[in-house]
Amino acid sequence: MESTQSFRFFNRGPSPMVRLVFFAVLSMLLLFVDARFRYLESTRSVLSILVSPIQRVAAWPGDLWHLVGDLYVTQSRQHSLIAENEGLNLQHQLDAAQLLQLQSLLAENQQLRNLVELPLSKDFTTQLVEILYAERDVFKRRVLVNKGENANIRIGQVVMDDVGIVGQITRVYPWLSEITLITDKDHAVPIQISRNGLRAIVFGAGDTSQLSLRYMPVSADVQAGDILVTSGIDGIYPPGIPVAKVIKVERDPAYPFANVTCLPVAGVDTHRHLLVLSDMPELPERPTEMSTQGSVDKRAKTKRKN
Amino acid sequence: MPYTAIHARSEIQRPVSNTFIILTVLTALLINGLPWEGIWLKLRPDFVAVVLLYWCMHKPWRLGIGISWTVGILADVADASLFGQHALAYTVLAFGGVVLNHRLQMFDLRQQTTHVFGILVIAYSVYAMVHWLVNGYVSWMYFLGCLTSTLLWPPLCIMFQAMRQKPVDRE
Repeated sequence: MESTQSFRFFNRGPSPMVRLVFFAVLSMLLLFVDARFRYLESTRSVLSILVSPIQRVAAWPGDLWHLVGDLYVTQSRQHSLIAENEGLNLQHQLDAAQLLQLQSLLAENQQLRNLVELPLSKDFTTQLVEILYAERDVFKRRVLVNKGENANIRIGQVVMDDVGIVGQITRVYPWLSEITLITDKDHAVPIQISRNGLRAIVFGAGDTSQLSLRYMPVSADVQAGDILVTSGIDGIYPPGIPVAKVIKVERDPAYPFANVTCLPVAGVDTHRHLLVLSDMPELPERPTEMSTQGSVDKRAKTKRKN
Repeated sequence: MPYTAIHARSEIQRPVSNTFIILTVLTALLINGLPWEGIWLKLRPDFVAVVLLYWCMHKPWRLGIGISWTVGILADVADASLFGQHALAYTVLAFGGVVLNHRLQMFDLRQQTTHVFGILVIAYSVYAMVHWLVNGYVSWMYFLGCLTSTLLWPPLCIMFQAMRQKPVDRE
């Protein structure tokens, strides 16, 4: 059957060469539009409805694996579970005591803030999401989770686990959303060193699970062991949440900046369940008298989203 | 495997149903979508590419460049990569398959595999080039997948031939 094709008795449409050129140009056009302008997000979310059944099915083996693991733990390790339960109970009691202190501190803080007429720092609510799978690109640190537009997830929401910041929502599909982890290359989080309040920005390294503090002068007061918490001055991340811990500081006088390596506090690569923060307090509007400043900020923000 | 064996075999093969083609492509997408991580992700063969190449070589008028492009777009959505990245790579791949269709049919499996390796290298370099243009650095890690994909070719080829032949043997 196929052997007759070279005679071209029947019109089979354009030749492979024409098709190649046509589809290659089309792909390049799409690439250009998607990389530069990001006009195609709606198309992407429509197509994702087509693909999502396959993705759901592909996630089954992983789920099954976890299920079997859980079963194994409940069946064969009851003793360790009991021990863990006791430990957790103890931890809970300790935490409860500290929480009581925290509440009295909160009340005191509110009172003091009232006295000096500062706006109150508001609380936020959280949504539990489950990681479906990690993005299949070795060079990106992104995961997809099981809630999207249907659960009112928005682009830019912050994702954390029980100890610290994990990432940020960067793309929302109808039933899925994409989280860019803080270890993604060039993902930036504005932070403050909790020991001395020094502000800086921590960037993801991309290829490893590390973070780096860039543009820190050699003389900056950074030590190994410092805890970095979000500064909250960007209006995206709420203040005071742990992000990373400094593990190594290299000061080479030949370079203007110190080389600071940090590890994320949160289990960025380990958890299956994450919390998405919503109802973030609105920052007061940015002063607008310097238009150049505003545009610079905007550019910085879009870069971060990319 | 000698040349005559493959040739003789391809003659008694029954026509492939569209359902079978679609099913294989969907399965490949599914396997690509399994939760691969870390080093396994780097070593993972591109199942979709190999399956598309197989059909482009054996049934170029059923699954050609256009369908490969469409599957590429779906793969782009599934991987959340840039629109057109997989599509461009699969287009080039399908073109390679369609153009080499006659020649490849005559080769034995080993020669086929060598050619498939060449086509895959080109397709993967398209992918790496897009990555380089967008992100500004080239990553040689991509080409590991190219090697494993080539290794996938002979077993997949034999398996598909066997699956296509089975009903004829029963009759």
